[in-house]
Order: sequence, then structure tokens, then C-alpha cells
Amino acid sequence: MRAFIGVIGLYLVVALALPLGLMLGKSLQGSRDEFVGLANYIRYFSTPALFQSIGNSLWIAILSTAITVPAAFAYAYALTRTRMPLRGLFKTTALVPILVPSLLPGLALVYLFGNQGLIKGLLLGHGIYGPIGIVMAEAFTTFPHALLIILAALALADARLYEAAVALRASPARIFWTVTLPGARYGLISATFVVFTTVITDFGAPKVIGGQYNVLATDVYKQVIGQQNFQMGAVVSVILLIPAILAFVVDRAVRRRQVALLSARAVPYEPTPTRGLDLAMLAYCTVIGMAILSIVAVSQFAALVKFFPYNLTLTWAHYDFDTKGGGGWASYSNSIRLALLTGAVGTVIVFAGAYLVEKARGFALGRALFHFLAMLPMAVPGLVLGLAYIFFFNAPANPLNVLYRTMTILVVNTVVHFYTVGHLTALTALRQMDPEFETVSASLKQPFYRTFWRVTVPVCLPSTLDIAIYMFVNAMTTVSGVVFIYGPTTELASISVLNMDDTGEIASAAAMAMMIFYTNVAARGLHLILARWLEHRTQAWRRR
Amino acid sequence: MGKTLRREVGAEEIATPPYLRIQRLTKRFGAFTALDDISLEIAEGEFVCFLGPSGCGKTTLLRSIAGLDVQTVGRIEQGGRDISALPATKRDFGIVFQSYALFPNLTVTRNVAYGLDNTRARRADVVKRVRELLDMMGLVEHAAKYPAQLSGGQQQRVALARALATSPGLLLLDEPLSALDAKVRVYLRHEIKQLQRRLGVTTIMVTHDQEEALTMADRIVVMNQGAIEQIGTPLEIYRSPASAFVADFIGVMNFVAGSVVRDGALRLGQTELSCEVDGLAPGTPVTLAIRPEDILVQDARSGQANVVRVRVDALAFLGSFFRADIVADAMDGVLLRADLSVDLVRRLSIAEKSELAARLPPERIRIYPGDAIHR
Repeated sequence: MRAFIGVIGLYLVVALALPLGLMLGKSLQGSRDEFVGLANYIRYFSTPALFQSIGNSLWIAILSTAITVPAAFAYAYALTRTRMPLRGLFKTTALVPILVPSLLPGLALVYLFGNQGLIKGLLLGHGIYGPIGIVMAEAFTTFPHALLIILAALALADARLYEAAVALRASPARIFWTVTLPGARYGLISATFVVFTTVITDFGAPKVIGGQYNVLATDVYKQVIGQQNFQMGAVVSVILLIPAILAFVVDRAVRRRQVALLSARAVPYEPTPTRGLDLAMLAYCTVIGMAILSIVAVSQFAALVKFFPYNLTLTWAHYDFDTKGGGGWASYSNSIRLALLTGAVGTVIVFAGAYLVEKARGFALGRALFHFLAMLPMAVPGLVLGLAYIFFFNAPANPLNVLYRTMTILVVNTVVHFYTVGHLTALTALRQMDPEFETVSASLKQPFYRTFWRVTVPVCLPSTLDIAIYMFVNAMTTVSGVVFIYGPTTELASISVLNMDDTGEIASAAAMAMMIFYTNVAARGLHLILARWLEHRTQAWRRR
Repeated sequence: MGKTLRREVGAEEIATPPYLRIQRLTKRFGAFTALDDISLEIAEGEFVCFLGPSGCGKTTLLRSIAGLDVQTVGRIEQGGRDISALPATKRDFGIVFQSYALFPNLTVTRNVAYGLDNTRARRADVVKRVRELLDMMGLVEHAAKYPAQLSGGQQQRVALARALATSPGLLLLDEPLSALDAKVRVYLRHEIKQLQRRLGVTTIMVTHDQEEALTMADRIVVMNQGAIEQIGTPLEIYRSPASAFVADFIGVMNFVAGSVVRDGALRLGQTELSCEVDGLAPGTPVTLAIRPEDILVQDARSGQANVVRVRVDALAFLGSFFRADIVADAMDGVLLRADLSVDLVRRLSIAEKSELAARLPPERIRIYPGDAIHR
């Protein structure tokens, strides 16, 4: 088993640890790779145009978090604690942003609030390009992530606490402040950090709609792509890593404390209909849901007409991707290939890795190290990982440089980029299994891989499917991780969106972004059907 | 191999060697000593219970025997073979856990056949053996079901069948009954014991339930803080607990602090009682122990040896008998628990505040040096 841990551990070392380490080193080097100590950092902090971005990034992240988390909490509250109608539909609607690249809300906001925007009057003379646009786009992108975390926290309610509060004659407001909110506090803290980190590391929204408003993520891109200043790119990356890692560490600490919150004897809470509250929440969720859908609808509509909003004649012209700059239709098929490969390869690697961490005996140091490497990608922004890949895989001395700009390196990168969530999903599934399965097998003289194959894999099949679809969807939408390492023959759909937006083909960019959306919807649908079918075929034992 | 060995030994006319021999076994987890110099021998076909409070090391000892927790030092022999360094897969045992660890996605049949599948046995033989086991366990009609569709007791029997399928020389049971309802538990105690006797398989069961140990075991190993307190038959353990810990842990026990007066006599408050003092010097502080059922309550007639006047402080009806809290003023007002038969209570019209006499038969009194009352 140690050998297996070694193989997958080696993958994480080569695809994550070494590139990141090399990047840290690069930030201390001059343009001819000589060691210059902190000179790059000193130059960074003495250039106002550069270090101002730190303030901008923090401001955007704080503002987005302050808007998104309360909004998501109210939405989650409506879904779990009221008998508002259409709760299932509202939940599905709120999850739509997960399926689109983070470039899409920027494009839609241009159509809605840009210089020729449909409803730009609503901004009272303010421009959409800049902090307003970025925050709106980030709120759209991060909403479902915050919602899912808070939903999970609110779902863990103990009805007995509410009964006790009512029996003590507490008012509804007092119950909310003393029972509901404290019960969800870890979820709220966790959501806060997730939103904050996502925003501060996001590249798509500020790239499309940030205008002249510089943030850390766009600075990395500009230094590397625009000015070919890799050392300064590395410096900004290191600075970008700090808040992300801080947020990550705090979040892990908080989540660890949540475990003991709910006892096994808790009684699930069932909300009762309250006409006034239910109607108010219905109105609120309708507004949020419509806002989310309108972003998607505007993108699709603009992609189908000649020139939104002036000439609304329907046309397929914007879908003629091959003439629009970007990677053409080939980039779309590249994305599908990447997503399929990432889903398949990633799931196998992630699941095997989690199994070894959880089930191997002894070798504690190796397993702890492996677990650390598996958790690290959560704290590493995609751009930082991508830049690290340039340094590592583009080095002439590295025999692995044959991979540079190939599909293989995109798969390697994307699997690592989204490793952590898959790892945690697999660990959760594995921990739900009896820890004595391996012991029983040993007493029956069966090798561990036989039990792995006959019991562990079948029992964890639904979770492995979840990992696969997660990898697929993210491989379709990711921009930041791959923007530095794609090659002429491996351009992706999401990168095409970026490049077409750059060349002013906004309608085509929107069209391609919507192609990604539909692909993800189809993949999700397929996943659902497959999961149902598998449940029917192989999970009969779950039924009582 | 076991057979040849026994024949050799038999030729030399020595007593049958133990099937399992544990010598000076110690297991440390960092600074914590989970097992402290354990030595133990178990005969072939014996049913032995490891009994003790949680954290006493009983499960660690079981896991060491199975090769799941490797001992720090010490030696384990099974059937004359040194297995100390062997991994679990190379040892000869079947195991049943408290959680049963049944494979949830495999049917009862496949669970039971799990250990037979790769023994290069012919398929027909595997089918036959599984059928035999299911028959023995009364599980035939559940053969095609999944574990989740069975009751706790049925799952328990599937786990047992799976462990026995490969005919192991040693059966290890780790708290096998503690996840079950009280009624099922009592029924299965009997059933497991019957099965064990029929198959003659050497069995070790870990439990914290003294009643389970007393009713099932041929011998009980009482453990505390990583060490063995006493090894003996259930009756020995109950009648002659070797230490105050065992006396307290098994059954209900009254403890009274006192001191040795002279050979054959103890002083407790103002009362002198005669009993065996195990050669302790006069003046030695001791703790007297006597079980509630051994205190003989009678009419308030004094004069006999070891009789003290007592008053009933409280009387609890426990169905088949009464448990009385009695106070002996002549013993510094110490509170004793005594079991009174329903008939006796009726005959003597015993109620709260009744004045009675209680005899503490010398042969039923055990003493432990020092102040052993830890309550």
C-alpha cells in the first residue's frame, strides 16, 4: 500500500509542490534567474500602480462577501425553514451559476448596464466597468457556493431546541437570534471565507468588466501575458496566495469545530406554514432567481441576435466561432475532451488517494504529508498554479517539458486545481464505511485490493460519480488555471470566451459561454440519469 | 499440525499444552501503556472472556492476538507456533465485531462465502459449505437478503457464520452482543455458547458486561488498567475476588473499613467480627467485603457469632427479591446492602425502620489490605 501512496503522492509533488516551490523561488530572482533577495518585493511595494491592487482586491472581496453571504443566508432560510412553494425550483435556479464560466456574468452585465446597456439608467450615472460590475458579477458567481454551505448548516437543525424555546415563551425574533443563527454560525463563517477567497482569487469577472480597476488576479495576468515580466508575476502570485491560505486555514479550523454540534439523537426540524413569512420569502427568492436567470437569458439572447439591443434580428452568425478569433469550434471540442479526461482520470486518482490516506495502517508521516498536499489546492488560486506550471514545465532542463502546451498538462493541471473538493468528498464517503471491513478481510485471508474492488468501490460509487461530475463541470468552466498553459492546438472554450471578449466579439463570447452552460446542464442531466440507473442496478442493498 | 503435536506430547505423558500462550505481552501507544506485562494461557476448545471497564486494555489484547495491533514486546504462540511477528492475514482466526462489519453491498450468502472464494475450493464445495453454515445459523430463508434488510440479531449471526466459514482455530468476539436489545442479547448468549460447545472452537470474547461473562465463559480474565487482575472460572471470580477491584467490578459488593485485631478477628467500629485475616498483623487497616446475598437477616435475637443489630433504612422491591439498605449503629453507622427474599420480608413483616439482626458468616467475608473503598 505504501507503494501506491508513493505513486499518487509523487503525482501531487510533481503537479503541485514542485511548481509552487519553483514559483516562490522565481519571485526572489532577477530577469536572468540570478538571486536578488527581496528586490522584486521592494520594487512591487514602491510602485503605487501595483500595490494599489491589494487595496482594490480586498475592497472588492469584502464588499462581495458582505452582499452575498446575507443574501444567500436569507435564500437558504427560505428553502429550509419556510413552507414557501416551489422550493425545489428555487434551489435549482440558484445553482445555475456553478455551470457557467465566471466570464459570463461580466458579459451579461455589459449587455445590461454597459454603455449601450438595456437598463444602464439603474446605475444613476455610475459606470458598470469597475468595482460595481466586478461586485455584481462576483455576487452571481459565488452565490451558489455560499448557498450550499449555509443550506447544509441550516439543514442540521434540532427540532427539540425550537420546542424548548417555544415552551419557554420566546418570541420568534428571539428564537431566530438565540437558536437559528447560532446553529448556523459555523456555516456562515465558512461561507464567508469561501466567498472571500473565491472573489479575491477570481480572474474572470475583473478581466471582463473591471475596466481600469486593477486587482491582484488581473495584475498577475498583465505582468505575465502583457509585459512578459514573470518575476513580478510571481511576486503578485505570492501576495495573492497569502489571503487565500489565511482564509483556508481559518475555514478548516472552523469546520473542525462543527462536527460535535449535532448529537445523534437530534430530531429533525419541520417548518410549519406561516403565511406572511412564506409570501415575503417567495417574493425575495423570485427577485434573486430572476436576477440569476436574467444574466443567463441576456447572454443567450444577445448571442442569437444581430446586434443587441439595437438590431434584434435572429442570426446564427455569432456561432461562426472559427472566424471570430479565439480557438473556434475546435476549442469547444478540446474543452469536452479535457472535461471527460479530467472527470475520468481525476476521479480515479482522487479516490485512490483518499482510500490510501484513510485506510492505510502506520506510515503516519507519509499519510499526513499526502493529506496536506491534497488539501493545498483549495488555497492555491488557479492563476498562481498556472504561472507555477510555466516555471516548472517550460524549463528546458525539465524532462517533463515535452508536456508543455499539450492536453496532458491541461488534464494534470485541472485535476490538481480541483483536487481538494474531490478528496474531501471521497474521504466523507470512505469514513461512512465500517472501519473493520479491512480487518475482517484480513482475518478471512483476503488481500486488501479485493475488498477495495468488491466492497469499497461499489459502496462509494455514488460519491465517485459526484467527484466525476464536479471535475467535469469545473474543467468546462475553468479559465484561471489553464490560461497560461494552453497551446495553439489545445485552446479551450472558456479561453475562447476570454479571447473573443478581448477582440470585441462579445456576442460570440456570450454564445460560447452559453455552449459551456448547455454542455454542463447536459452533463448534469446525464449524471442524474446515470446515478438513478446505477442506484437501481447496484445499490439495491440500500433499500430496506 | 496440531494433531501431530498433541500425539508427540501425549507420548511424553505431559498435560495438554495450551492452544494459545501469551508471554509477557506489553503494548505502548507513545507514553501510554495499554497492556502491561500480560501472560496468559488458553486451552484448546476453551471459551474465555476478557472482562473489564472501558479502557482496561481488553480490546487491545484481542487485537494483539489477531495481529491488528502489534505488541511492543512479548510473545504469542498459537497451536505451538510463534505468531508474534505474523501479520493478521497469516494468522488463523475468525473475528466478529460489535458493528459486525458486514459488507453492505453483498448478500448474506456472499458475505458468508467471502473468505471461501479464493481458497481454490471448488464452487460446488463453497456453495455446500455456505449452505451448511446458513442452516446451522437458521439463516437459510435470508440467504438472498442484504444486511440492511436483517434485524440486529440476524446480522450478528451472519457475522458469526462468516467468521466460522473458514473453520478458524480461534474465534475472536469483540463485544459481539452490545449493539443488541436486552432480550435478543440474552437469547444470543445462550445460542453462541451452544454453538461454541458444539464446534469446540477456542473462543475469546471481549465484553464489559459482567453478566455476559459470568453466563458464557469457561474462564474469565478480569482486566484493569492494562493488567490482569484475576483469571478464574465465573464462580471463582464471583466467590473469591482476588482484589478489591474485582470484588467491586463483578456483582454488587459491600465494603466496610476496619482493622485487624488479632488472628481471626476484625474490628469495625465498636463491633468485633471473626473471620480469616490472611496472616495480616494486628492493627493493619483492612477493607471487609461481603455480598448483599451473603448477609443473613434474621429476628433481632443476638448471641450468635458475627451478628450485629441493624435498622432498615430503605427497602426497594426488585421483583424476585428485596434489596434493603441496612444501617449498623455498632459499626459506625455504616450502610450495607442486603438481599432479602420476598418470603422473609413477609414472614418478619420487614418494613422501613424495622429493627433486625444481621449475620455476616465468616466464610463469606473477604478482606483486602488497606483502604480499598474507592467511592
